[in-house]
Amino acid sequence: MSIDLETARRVAHLARIAVDDDDLPALAGEFNRILGFIEQLNEVDVKGVEPMTSVTPMRLKRRPDVVTDGGYPEKILANAPDAREGFFAVPKVVE
Amino acid sequence: MMSELSRLTIAEARDRLRKAEITAVELAEACLSEIEAAEPLNAFVTTTAEKALDQARAADARLRAGDAPAMCGIPVGVKDLFCTEGVRSQAASFILNGFLPPYESTVTRQLWESGAVMLGKLNMDEFAMGSSNETSVYGPAVNPWRRQGDDTALTPGGSSGGSAAAVAAGLCLAATGTDTGGSIRQPAAFTGIVGLKPTYGRCSRWGIIAFASSLDQAGPMTRTVRDAAIMLGAMAGHDPMDSTSADVPVPDFEAALTGDIRGKRIGIPREYRMDGMPAEIEALWQKGAEMLRDAGAEVVDISLPHTKYALPAYYVIAPAEASSNLARYDGVRYGHRAKLGPGDGVTEMYEKTRAEGFGAEVKRRVMIGTYVLSAGFYDAYYNRARKVRALIKRDFDQVFDAGIDAILTPTTPSSAFPIGAMADADPVQMYLNDVFTVTVNLAGLPGISVPAGLDAAGLPLGLQLIGRPWAEGDLLNVAGVIEKAAAFEAAPQVWWRS
Repeated sequence: MSIDLETARRVAHLARIAVDDDDLPALAGEFNRILGFIEQLNEVDVKGVEPMTSVTPMRLKRRPDVVTDGGYPEKILANAPDAREGFFAVPKVVE
Repeated sequence: MMSELSRLTIAEARDRLRKAEITAVELAEACLSEIEAAEPLNAFVTTTAEKALDQARAADARLRAGDAPAMCGIPVGVKDLFCTEGVRSQAASFILNGFLPPYESTVTRQLWESGAVMLGKLNMDEFAMGSSNETSVYGPAVNPWRRQGDDTALTPGGSSGGSAAAVAAGLCLAATGTDTGGSIRQPAAFTGIVGLKPTYGRCSRWGIIAFASSLDQAGPMTRTVRDAAIMLGAMAGHDPMDSTSADVPVPDFEAALTGDIRGKRIGIPREYRMDGMPAEIEALWQKGAEMLRDAGAEVVDISLPHTKYALPAYYVIAPAEASSNLARYDGVRYGHRAKLGPGDGVTEMYEKTRAEGFGAEVKRRVMIGTYVLSAGFYDAYYNRARKVRALIKRDFDQVFDAGIDAILTPTTPSSAFPIGAMADADPVQMYLNDVFTVTVNLAGLPGISVPAGLDAAGLPLGLQLIGRPWAEGDLLNVAGVIEKAAAFEAAPQVWWRS
């Protein structure tokens, strides 16, 4: 599979990373080299093999669905680049 | 003059602290002065002198009261990937610029509770993505080792490059590292120290900035195998805050260091004999096998047939998980937010913030991860890689079922290389650094690198031992035999002190 400029642009957008048009050819080239390396996986016979979900045999623990933490909005907001009146502030989302 | 105190092993310092021959404050002060004089190494990126002295005074009080666990009073450095309360923690990334965690990671909290003293935060590759510490927003850490008669600055490896450089240069007695594909073991090998990646689930991942959650594991980076055993004991243990943290008892790892490996079966995997492997690494590997044989172990040829596919599987799985984990860096809740232009909406905020905040390698991996998880490619890449991962683990299960106790391999395909040497190389060339270590993460096994010799240029080389799940004690014991037989005493010449 080969990645063209349009695909590179789409992937960058899906990843929410702005990429200048001028940088797309180099990016597509890197993708293609990395994916070329990954293509080796096609040599492996994986028929009947279950995809790994957990590397150690374990069942995820369950716990009661209760609030165990919280009540400190000022701590939560302390690292925000823009926080106002107890909220995270972002550019206008809805027109 | 290098301080003798900062060069002590954990075990030596522990014994001298308990005998009141030295104090924790003296130890911390010695390390802080070494750190101050070691700027050219760029290993410590934040120093927490005040905190260190407070903790050292508290440790001295505990020592006087006779309530002193093994790590009490031991000064350590912390990889920048660990969240430390109120202390800058930014995974060497600009996107977390100035981030001050309001909480403490479980591993570091346990260290402080056991009396360890925090000296500061250590350089690393951005989000632990790299093998040379060159992707760091702080600039590369520098290896204290140089080639004989050559001043070229070498990489300490990565991603835990600052941790490795600091321990090797005697700026701290030990450091925390994390290992997703080799990030503890490769830098340990490049700097002549011991690095242990525990079994997946042995140490809690809570509060460690996530890269690839199914592979990440924290571990100790120390100057001796005994020190790794001591420090792992303080780092390990079940944590309800990490659902993948294993609820298994933490044994006394140090007690496992009997030096007796008679009758143990050590596997030598034929697939690790790579084309173009330097002769001195091949020779060191054979010498390691002889050391174990001389100590009474049985050395057996084994096969791990899917080894070749570990790196390609890793470069699907790790970026896939990273693309998901790093989605949280959106310029809203913490870290950097790009300046927006008129009319920019929330999508532009995300895209500009992430373009400015992430470095080139992180962007590359996030986008590769996004691609392999995208509609239409998920099965072809991600699911196939997870199936290959299952086969890689099965390879290991089969040799362990056949009675193999541990596996011996080289840690890296080369010794430390110059900073900048890979600048124009294909990204895949850099990935090949992890060719011997990455299988261990995919299979969730414990692995350790032990310094075992020098190459022709006088640079350290490491041997890797891979153990059964949860058998870190046995693994450390075998590693101790290599350490003793190799008698690695070499130390880098001190050129960095101003």
